[in-house]
This record gives sequence, structure tokens and C-alpha cells, in this order.
Amino acid sequence: MGGGLEGNAIYRAVYGLVVDTLGWASWLAYFIAAMVIILIVVNGVLVLGTLYTWFERRVLGRFQGRLGPNRTGPFGLLQPIADALKLMFKEDIVPRGADRLVFSLAPIVMLVPTLLVLAIIPFGRGSFLADLNIGVLYIAAVGGITTVAVLMAGYASANKFATFGSMRAVAMVVSYEIPLVMALLGVTVLAASMSMVAVVEAQHLPYLLVAPLGAGVFLVAISAELNRNPFDVLEAESELVAGYLTEYSGMKYGVFMLAEFTNTIVAGAIFAVLFLQGWQWTVLSPLGSQVGFLGFLDTGVVRQIESHFWFLFKVGLFAFAATWVRATLPRLRIDQILSLAWKVLFPLSLLNVLVLAVEVIVWPEPSVGDLAIMAAINWPVAGAAFFVAARLVSLGTRAPGLGVGAAVGVR
Amino acid sequence: MTLRTEPVVVSIGPHHPSTHGVFRMRLTFDGENIIDAEPVIGYLHRGTEKLAEERQYTQVITLTDRLDYVSSMTSNQAFVLSCEKLIGLEVPDRGMYLRVIASELQRIVSHLIGVGFFLQELGGFGGTALMYAFRERERILDLFEMLCGARITVSYSRIGGVFADAPADFWPALRRVLDDMPGYTDELEALVFESEIVQSRTKGVSPIDPVLAVNASLTGPVLRASGVAWDWRKAAPYDVYDRVDFDVPVGANGDNYDRFWVRIQEVRQSLRIVEQCIEQIEPGPVRATDAMLFRPPPGDSYVPTESPKGELGFYLVSDGSIAPYRCHVRAPSFINLSLFKEMLVGWKLADAIVSLGSLDFNMGEVDR
Repeated sequence: MGGGLEGNAIYRAVYGLVVDTLGWASWLAYFIAAMVIILIVVNGVLVLGTLYTWFERRVLGRFQGRLGPNRTGPFGLLQPIADALKLMFKEDIVPRGADRLVFSLAPIVMLVPTLLVLAIIPFGRGSFLADLNIGVLYIAAVGGITTVAVLMAGYASANKFATFGSMRAVAMVVSYEIPLVMALLGVTVLAASMSMVAVVEAQHLPYLLVAPLGAGVFLVAISAELNRNPFDVLEAESELVAGYLTEYSGMKYGVFMLAEFTNTIVAGAIFAVLFLQGWQWTVLSPLGSQVGFLGFLDTGVVRQIESHFWFLFKVGLFAFAATWVRATLPRLRIDQILSLAWKVLFPLSLLNVLVLAVEVIVWPEPSVGDLAIMAAINWPVAGAAFFVAARLVSLGTRAPGLGVGAAVGVR
Repeated sequence: MTLRTEPVVVSIGPHHPSTHGVFRMRLTFDGENIIDAEPVIGYLHRGTEKLAEERQYTQVITLTDRLDYVSSMTSNQAFVLSCEKLIGLEVPDRGMYLRVIASELQRIVSHLIGVGFFLQELGGFGGTALMYAFRERERILDLFEMLCGARITVSYSRIGGVFADAPADFWPALRRVLDDMPGYTDELEALVFESEIVQSRTKGVSPIDPVLAVNASLTGPVLRASGVAWDWRKAAPYDVYDRVDFDVPVGANGDNYDRFWVRIQEVRQSLRIVEQCIEQIEPGPVRATDAMLFRPPPGDSYVPTESPKGELGFYLVSDGSIAPYRCHVRAPSFINLSLFKEMLVGWKLADAIVSLGSLDFNMGEVDR
């Protein structure tokens, strides 16, 4: 219990305030302090999620030679608030024939796993809620719950488009969980730990450089999990209107959208932790130690604050890349998506784990130099693997009438 | 073990993001595969043909604007050509050149919209392809605004010529658009034809056999994609198409990919035609007569034209009065839909939407 909270400045301040000033019991102080931290983290990330809606629309606008939202507040920054207000005042419709309970429960089931993942993410040097020793496994376990929400929404809507969407979701997530977990396994092998904090600390070089294959598989699989382009078949607008969201309106829809955008932010955080050295990197403290009059920068507090900035920066990079992909790629067909998962990503992720496992036997507890050698081996391996995969596997057209969906009865 | 499945009927449209207006499809699915398809049309029926019988010939031009509303110039042109044949009117050269310039620009607009929505229906892009297409379309609509004051419902062609001569600043503006368009086209083409996903989604999907295409009276890019080099601008040149040099792009497989390859190539050919028209056009009158009222001799006329969607013609019957006795529209969008079921059955929902987009039909013209 307690995890990494003892090292957190805010926790210590609140704990101290409650115990010393008010003289309350220590378990109560622990409870209050933990709640304060949870409040900050959850709200902070949700605000980031809403800001991401603004960010994506602005960036997408730039890609498309237009401005994006710019009328509400400076640079349109208040647009998420305007959107949320609009959604709140909309009529909350539950279609006739819908399963009311499941229909209303689905948005919550969608949002909660997103927030649960936050528990183990190290946002900065020493600032995390819990340092689970099975953190990476926890991500895979909790992240899969969102599919249940999609299935609930699709089933409860009593709408054919929604059913189509949720059926696609099940087929897709079942396929993509496997390469995703395999990619996570690669990281675990390298870091020799499943703890997120240990993974960050083991990354003397970013694992993006050390294990490009794993990072690539992870990126593709996570965009499938997030239902983002080119895997957005769940709510394929041109085909399924809005997929499982078709019947949702008002704030239920709002919660779904919030969960979706927050999911992207959380995925960015996971990617930053696993492949981009998390909160590592620092500019200010070397600057402080080099330049005399900036010596005040070379302190623990500055380093801790700066680590948060770098973490956010990496999450932002991921968010930008996700938007970039969205502006560039069209959608794959569902059978192409599934064959990509089974024929390309699954073998590649196995290869990734295999190669890394062998390398870790040769260089246990790799140093920077060892990691560099690994990278030098892994990049050609990744290139060759991609080349072979591109040669062997074609996503092209199959004969009509054969398909995955045929086995799934849709009523 | 095979699971027992049941077919499910899904009504796509009339309110659906990608049915080009108010088209409705009743699709029967087995899982994701389409086993039956039925088009349901008529949601945009406005009785254009009947309305035309109640109006003077000049007044019908405004109705033709609203047939294929992304390609009004060519609809106007097709109608006035038929009228001129009925009346026996000679059109001055400059009028014909202006019509051809306007029509070819309109063809570019129509094909841009066709390609833009096709890519939109492939999904993703976050709308990028559509925004690119519309950005270019916007410049050409500005040109139309200079020509006649309107952007969509132009009514630019008039019986005996065009509404008015182009203003002096139209020509430099046209020059600028012509200079920029090839680059724009390359950009859009790169987005389509260099994308692995676009290729794997469209190549070999919903091919139309050339014999079947001819038997089903398909025309326009849809027919040419199947490998039949048939273009009314070559087969029976109207206006000044016999004085300009251009190629007819022809596809090989008649699949979704080819249908859009043909459209992109036709944009380039249209640019060529406009370039030549600018060189050849000379000062002079733009309109043979200012008359607003015509009493054509009894008889009938039909002039097939190559609209961006295919063969567009107005079959006019005159009884000697000021209004046509009968005005039948040979609408390419409607007739190109005749292979709807053959194209869709056996493919998946995602393919069906794209195939529908590749037909590039317009509900204003289908339902009339």
C-alpha cells in the first residue's frame, strides 16, 4: 500500500497538514491525501482529453488548408467547453427497444478503464499513484475493458448500424490484443520488469530506438485499440453513420467522446513510458551545472517539475502523430484489418520478442552501450522483417463472398 | 463448425452520410457480405420534366441548373444545344468557345467532387481529400461568379450563345487557375494513387465487364473505365470540340480504381481543352439573338452531350408553341445506376459504399 505516494510532494504536504495541524488519524490523512492526488490526476487528464479535441481539430485544419475552431476564446481554446455545454443541453434520447440499463451504463464502462490505467502511469520523476509490479500486464488487462463498453453500446442501442459496429469491435480487439500484449512483452523482456517505473529507469536509450519492431507493432495495435485511423471501422462514418455511437445523444455521447480522446492521451502516456524513456530527459539541470549563475536550476525540485514537462511533451508528440495519421490515411476494410493483425503483426511481434530474448541472454541488464548494439542489430532485423512481410502478405482484394463477418450472425 | 447465420436487411439512406443526397439502398447482409441490393429512388423527385412543359424554352434553362447541381454548366449546355437544333440557330464562335471553356471547368469541378467524395467514402483522411478537392473547386466557382454572377446554379448558356461576354479580368484569373491546377491535380493524385491502402481497397473491387457496361447503356467515365473509348465529344462533336485536340482516357479493368483514375485523367484533358480554347478564341459576339421567346417549328430534337457523368441529352418535342410539348432528360446518373445490384452483391459493406461513390451519380439528376 502507498506505492510511490510517499515520495510525492503534494501527498506529503496534505498528509502533514492533516496529521500535524488537525491532529487526525494517520489512516484518514492517507485517505484524504490520496484522494487529493487522484482528483488532480483524473481531472488533469480529463482536461487534457478535452483539450486534445481542440488540438486535433486545429491540427487537422492545418493539414487541410483551413483554420479549425478559432471563434471561441483565444485560438478557439474554449471550443471544448462550448461543445460540452451544447451536449449538456441536448435531449438525452434512449431509443425505443433499447436496453435502458445497458445503454446508460456503456459510457461509464467506457470511461472508467481509461481512468484506471492512470493509476500506474508515472507522470514525472517520482510522481505516480502506484508502482504496480505487474504494471504492464495491468495495462493490457484494464485496456481490454473498453471493448465491453463498445459491445454494450452496440447491443443495447437496438440499431443495426450499432450492432455492425460492435461486432467489428469484437473481431478487431480480439485480434489486436495479441500483438499488443506481445509488444508489451518485448518491453518487459528488455527491462526485466513489468513495473512502469522500472521500465522508465531501465531505458538508458529509448526503446523506440532499441526495439523498433516492437514499437511499430505497438503503435499499429494501439491505434486499432483506440479505433483511430486507419482502423476506425467501428464508427466508420461513411459506412455505419456513427457505428455504436449512432443512437447516443447528449452527455452520454459526450462521455463516449471524452473517453475516446482521453484514451488517446493515455495511450500516448503509455507509449511515452514504454518506448520514449517516460519522464527522462532533462535540459535544465545540465544547464544549471554548466552555467554558473543558473546553478539554482540544478536541484531536485526543478528536475521533478521538468520531468513532468518532458512527459507531457512526449504525450503531445504521440497525439500529434495520431492526428497526422488521421489526416493522411484512409480506412482499411475489416477483413484487411484482421489479416494485418494475424498475418503481419502477430509474426512480427513474436519475432520481436524472440530477438529481444536472445539479446537479453547475451547482455543481461544492458547498459547504454549494450542497448546501442542491440539497436544496431534490431534496426536491420526490423527492416528485413517489414520487407519480407510486405512481400509475402497482400491486403489486396479477396474473392467475393469470403469473409470474417460471415461467421458472426448479425440480427 | 459453422455457425448458423441469418440474413439481415439494412436500409442505408435516405439519411446517410454517403448516399450522395437522398439515395436509399436496401441491402441484405450475411455478416458483412452483401447478398442482395435494391436501389430505392425518388426522394428528390421535383417533376422537372413536367415543369419544363409549362415554361418557355428560355425559362427551362434554370430548371436544368437543378438537375445535376454540381455540374450546371454542362446541363445548361445540353439543353440549349437541343433548343438550337430545334430552332435551327447558328451560334457565334465566341459564344461556343465560352461555353466549352465553362463546361470543361465545370467538368473539372464535377470530377473533383467525385474524387473528393470517393476518398471520403474510403473513410479516414479526416476529410483531407475532400478539403483538397473543395479548395480547388472554390477557385473555379469564383471564375463562374465572374462569368455570370452565380456559382452553382449558373444558367450561363443561353439559346444562341451565352449570357454575356466574359469580363476583362476573367482571363488573367483563368490563367492563374490554369497555372495552379496541374499542381493541385498532382497533389490529389498522389493522395489517391500512391496510397497503399487506397490501392488495396479499390483495385479489383466491383469490376464492370465492358460488354455488360455497353448493354446496360452506361456512359461517361464509368463506361470508359471498363475499357470502352466512347466520348460524345469525339463521337459527335458539338460546339467547338472538333477544333480542339484531346485524348479520351480509358481504363482497363473497370474496377473502382479505374473509375477514379479515369476521372483524374479527364481533369488533365479538360485543362488541355481550356488552354486550346484560350488560344483560339477571338473577339466577336457571344450570342446570336437576344430573343427571350421562341416558337420553334413543330418537330423534335435530341443532342447527346458528354456531361461529367456521362451522356446527357434533352429530347425536346415542339408543337409550335412557346413551351416544349415534351422534354425528356436522358440523365446519365440514373442510367449508370442500372448495374447497381451487379456491382454490389458479393462485396462487403465498405466496398459497396466506395463502389457507389465510384459511380459518381447525382440525385438531382437521378430523381429529376
